[in-house]
Amino acid sequence: MTKVTLTVNGRTVSGDCEDRTLLVHFIREKLGLTGTHVGCDTTQCGACVIHMDGCSVKSCSILAVQASGSTITTIEGLAGQGELHPVQAAFKEHHGLQCGFCTPGMVMTAVDMINREGGKLTEEKVRAGLEGNICRCTGYHNIVKAILAADAEMASGRQAAE
Amino acid sequence: MYATSYHRASSVEDAVRLRARNEEGRYLSGGMTLISTMKQRLAAPSDLIDLRHIPALRGISIDGRKVTIGAATPHADVAASRELRALCPAICELAGHIGDPHVRHMGTIGGSIANNDPAADYPAAVLGLGATVATDRRSIAADAFFTGLFEIALEEGEMVTAVTFEAPEKAGYAKFNNPASRFAMTGVFVAKTASGVRVAVTGAGSDGVFRHAGFEQALASNWSADALNGVSVDASRLLSDLHANAEYRANLVKVMAKRAVAAAG
Repeated sequence: MTKVTLTVNGRTVSGDCEDRTLLVHFIREKLGLTGTHVGCDTTQCGACVIHMDGCSVKSCSILAVQASGSTITTIEGLAGQGELHPVQAAFKEHHGLQCGFCTPGMVMTAVDMINREGGKLTEEKVRAGLEGNICRCTGYHNIVKAILAADAEMASGRQAAE
Repeated sequence: MYATSYHRASSVEDAVRLRARNEEGRYLSGGMTLISTMKQRLAAPSDLIDLRHIPALRGISIDGRKVTIGAATPHADVAASRELRALCPAICELAGHIGDPHVRHMGTIGGSIANNDPAADYPAAVLGLGATVATDRRSIAADAFFTGLFEIALEEGEMVTAVTFEAPEKAGYAKFNNPASRFAMTGVFVAKTASGVRVAVTGAGSDGVFRHAGFEQALASNWSADALNGVSVDASRLLSDLHANAEYRANLVKVMAKRAVAAAG
């Protein structure tokens, strides 16, 4: 057993786990944060996407021990004070989900895209940015729409703040 | 996944020492292949020596036209480097189309070439640029580094530390993605370098990445996509699988080579 210490959604947390424990299992089972999903066994679906030290990563393909010492944001860490994050609100508004299983990964991927290229996203860039996230329900159309709407909303918010 | 023991190396020396102590151990870089392989129980290293926290292995340095990319530099950093893009946009483009954004945040150039997957992108760039692979103990020319399917010239416990190359006059990369896995079903890297034209093909060869002498000669006398029209691609040493047979891949090699030349300009 190895002690893993992480800063998750602003809180420092520790737990013991086997070295082979995947980060996603640590997050779900040790920390009880079950918003991060496991959708495949092959690193393809992206339902487990979280942010580690400011980068979107697939938490099913990283060991918890590899992540020790890092700063993590999961889907639970996005909404502030009872208000949805603009990306979450846009997914709701534009019906960017059906069954919802892939949604946490989609939202975390979208936030990463906007963090990197906020205000400059295009449909083509969004579709390319979703390469690592699979949705079996929507056909992606409304997901793309939601991400573009959130990007525009957040860009206008930034402008208003300046 | 079978049980394993994790070690976080703080320096190259530390990593090599840890590896030497664990005969059945493996170096772990971004883990984008290794962890998946371990999940499927296709690999079961007793120990993992994590290289991701060794500062000396990470980053891109440029000295004139000489480029050095640290082995533990993630694909996303290579794709996003403005300095590198100004000198050799082809390698940035290539890095920016490996896997998906999340894989590019973790996966590294050293991990990619050390694994030498026959469908990986980086081996084509490293071979096509005539790069030199630095290890903890020596330098290996790309021509001698890739020795076969998932096979490279490293000795037991030897570790890739960096990839170095002279920025080419021109270079381009084009790949045809497998529609499902998005791995390169065929990818071709072309480069006009100080020591001549080089053409490296990934995704297609039954021995992994390879150079195409016929294409190199044709492009050396006339750097244009049309110069490749009359050059044939021997299908007998190409991969055949359910996605594409060897003849189909032979055609793809030529089409991708032409697109790569067009991309190089």
